[in-house]
Amino acid sequence: IVFTEEDKYGLYSNLLFKYFLAEGVVCGHDLFVASAKEHPDNILKELPAPLLDDTYRNKLGEEATAVKSEDFQDSMKIAWRYQNLPKMEASPTTSTKFGHYYDVSKTMSPELCQSIKCHSFYLPEELSLQPKMKTCTMNSAYRKLLQSIQRIIYHEGFDGSDPQKKQKNILRVGIHSLGSLLWGDDICSSGTPEDVHSLTKFLYVLRGLLRKSLSACIITVPAHLIQNKAIMERVTNLSDIVVGLESFIGSERETNPLYKDYHGLVHVRQIPRLNSLICDVSDTKDLAFRLKRKLFTIERLHLPPDLSDTVSRASKQDLAESAKLLSSGCGAMAIGKKHLDF
Amino acid sequence: QGKFTLLRDTRTDGSFLVHHFLSFYLRAGCKVCFVALLQSFSHYNIVAQKLGVSLTAAKERGQLVFLEGLKSCLDLFFGEKEEEQSGQPSPLQFISESASNLKALFDFIQTSLTPADSDSWKSPVLLVDDLSVLLSLGATPVAVLDFIHYCRVTVCSQLKGNIVVLVHSSEDSEDEENKLVVTSLCHHSDLILWVEGLATGFCKDVHGQITIIRRLSLELMAEQDRVQIYQYKIQDKNVTFFARGLSAAVL
Repeated sequence: IVFTEEDKYGLYSNLLFKYFLAEGVVCGHDLFVASAKEHPDNILKELPAPLLDDTYRNKLGEEATAVKSEDFQDSMKIAWRYQNLPKMEASPTTSTKFGHYYDVSKTMSPELCQSIKCHSFYLPEELSLQPKMKTCTMNSAYRKLLQSIQRIIYHEGFDGSDPQKKQKNILRVGIHSLGSLLWGDDICSSGTPEDVHSLTKFLYVLRGLLRKSLSACIITVPAHLIQNKAIMERVTNLSDIVVGLESFIGSERETNPLYKDYHGLVHVRQIPRLNSLICDVSDTKDLAFRLKRKLFTIERLHLPPDLSDTVSRASKQDLAESAKLLSSGCGAMAIGKKHLDF
Repeated sequence: QGKFTLLRDTRTDGSFLVHHFLSFYLRAGCKVCFVALLQSFSHYNIVAQKLGVSLTAAKERGQLVFLEGLKSCLDLFFGEKEEEQSGQPSPLQFISESASNLKALFDFIQTSLTPADSDSWKSPVLLVDDLSVLLSLGATPVAVLDFIHYCRVTVCSQLKGNIVVLVHSSEDSEDEENKLVVTSLCHHSDLILWVEGLATGFCKDVHGQITIIRRLSLELMAEQDRVQIYQYKIQDKNVTFFARGLSAAVL
């Protein structure tokens, strides 16, 4: 389960959600889209178009190598200890080819969308149908959603129940804005919700469904609205990957010169430790994202050099704040209580 | 024998200890009942194979009773006719009932660990990964503590076996129910293995710190608890432990 904490206005998490679905279309996977707010068909119409143009990728590759060969000549004189460290890459995807790139300014062609099977679950339509499951203590919207997902998995053979189906495919499930008021759950609106366990029970059953079948799931949740933090802790425990998106819109960081190149930060709170004792931790802990006209990129957070002449208290405070940000790492490895000032 | 070990992790993942205890007890020839609530059977199987133990073989010869929580929960939710036919209530029945009573789970454990006449295994072991999930599924803290108490009476006192339980905890956690369960269990454990992330943040060579607390004060002699602290690094098939500050990267 890829659990995404939405940013305040939902702009960027929507983008991430659409990327997940678009990747599914391009790879030929089946899709299942569930939403309570916007009709899934509308979401599917707005998927970004894939960049199947190889020349664009080559251009990116060329720029990267040009930069590398230039810097190789200079040898460092003062900071010579850093000479032996590998060149830091801003965007790690230029060298390895994994997945596809998308052009955000164009939408995917309908023919491409129709080449795969899309199942949808639009809550206002489903509520009118009768529930078939036996009574249990869970929010009825969640119950219906689980039932719907299970039905698709079973009928389409994603759980291997149909041995005659030779071609195995993957089901990509996207659930939009779970836990919000529109799903009938009041954890986002009150500190003492009526049923604290609905969301966690839902996630547990969903986890079971995903583990049993060839599927992957992305869920976006308006985490900033959930007042009961205990729920967020439990939910983190039940998910495989937890990513938080923090956008700078409307916050004081928007005008902060430290962040002028970026639109927000990416907090990786948990990474999966599956089928192995260790987990795959990259060196990069501090990630930021930016939305250019055509591309949405996630890069390492670079702090610009501190070239100010005046030693003003305000900017030093900001630097300390961002240093604290930089020292926080993923939950799967370790997070320090205190940060050391370097 | 008859010991209750608590595995506790803070800000990091202590599941490597669960894998260790599982393969340790299986290799020692004990009968193990593993309540795996968070991950699927194949996950544990793959890691156990790296550690040199085959879970499928152990299951077949009756040494391992594996309760796969995720699968059991699915059967409970989506299985309509099968449950009535089998006659036995699901161990995770409390999820769908409003009364959070973990008795069905306890009955399952008791049945699986009570030795049958044909068994030749050594003392039984109960392994739980992890207890905090029960709270997420609707059990009250009191129900969880009652359940553990019943398990202790049966497994530790009556059957002279051992129990190993994993819980998550954190000092600045806002999950009061979890804190209650963890604190209570700490007071009743014979051995506590507390795994924490380093206070200074993430490090590639030292993954964390483990504190071993032997609760000698629980016994009649009333000695002081013995505390040892080591740091560790997890590798693909192994975990290396070393004294604080003496990681291989530094030496």
